[in-house]
Amino acid sequence: MSSTNTENWMKDIGVVDLTGVGGGSTSAATKITALVVDDDSVNQTIHSKMLENLGIQNQVETIFDLILMDMDMPVMNGIEATRKLREMGVRSIIAGVSTCTRDEREQKEFMEAGLDDFQEKPLTTPKLVSILHKLNKKC
Amino acid sequence: MDGVVQLQKQLVDYIASLFHEGFLDEQFNQLQQLQDESNPDFVVEVVSLFFEDSERLLNELAKALWVPFRSSSSFFNPNILFREQETIDFRKVDAHVHQFKGSSSSIGAHRVQNVCITFRNYCEEQNVEGVEPWHRCLKCLQQVKHEYSLVRNKLETLFQLEKQIIAAGGSLPAT
Repeated sequence: MSSTNTENWMKDIGVVDLTGVGGGSTSAATKITALVVDDDSVNQTIHSKMLENLGIQNQVETIFDLILMDMDMPVMNGIEATRKLREMGVRSIIAGVSTCTRDEREQKEFMEAGLDDFQEKPLTTPKLVSILHKLNKKC
Repeated sequence: MDGVVQLQKQLVDYIASLFHEGFLDEQFNQLQQLQDESNPDFVVEVVSLFFEDSERLLNELAKALWVPFRSSSSFFNPNILFREQETIDFRKVDAHVHQFKGSSSSIGAHRVQNVCITFRNYCEEQNVEGVEPWHRCLKCLQQVKHEYSLVRNKLETLFQLEKQIIAAGGSLPAT
């Protein structure tokens, strides 16, 4: 990946120290944690790598700043999962990530379940950075 | 060193042809850009995952769509074929195709993705009477298998070229 692009994105979302106090390192900057929720192993791998390249930790047991939520999952779909998370009081940024739905009503239902953002798959790093801007605004 | 330069040019031209012929799209570039020194085999790993998932999904689709052919007597009697079609779970078929569409789009396998889109449209016609929807789905399955097989061969050739360049002491051209 172009290191200039990556560095710019990381500065943009605050995971790299802009003040120079930390020597431009990640140690003095914001630490963001994220969870990827997707039943597809290809997407899990790609989305995790995108997050990792932006200096964001993809973890299992922690309070997450960001949750990337797939819509179509076999046991519980993304709409239900989002609703349940919000009912439990989870305040993380939840971004719906799904292929373009033919049904606009379904997408509206997904947003109303408690999403902060929605991006169409395939997810790209610029789309992910756009989601992360919401995180900075919410904090 | 001339050999390496030639291989590098061959690789660049080959990748360009895959884009030109529509086998791959911009998403494949995105994938390559995620690869770095900490994970130099990232693209191969993700594409290998895609191959595994695709084989599984194609098997599931074949099982889900070929139910009527289990009864040999039904072959000559369209009425029996029609009745048996009612046992096909088009929602299951659609779910598998949806997943296939998702993973193919994530790695940039453009032609596979496009056939999946058409396939899903036919799955939605399940309420149409007659055996047409099933026949169309079968045809789509054949097309998906064909396009998947093509892109798989192309990607394996691409990875072989990359291996040859590395083995000859060269580096991969920037994307």
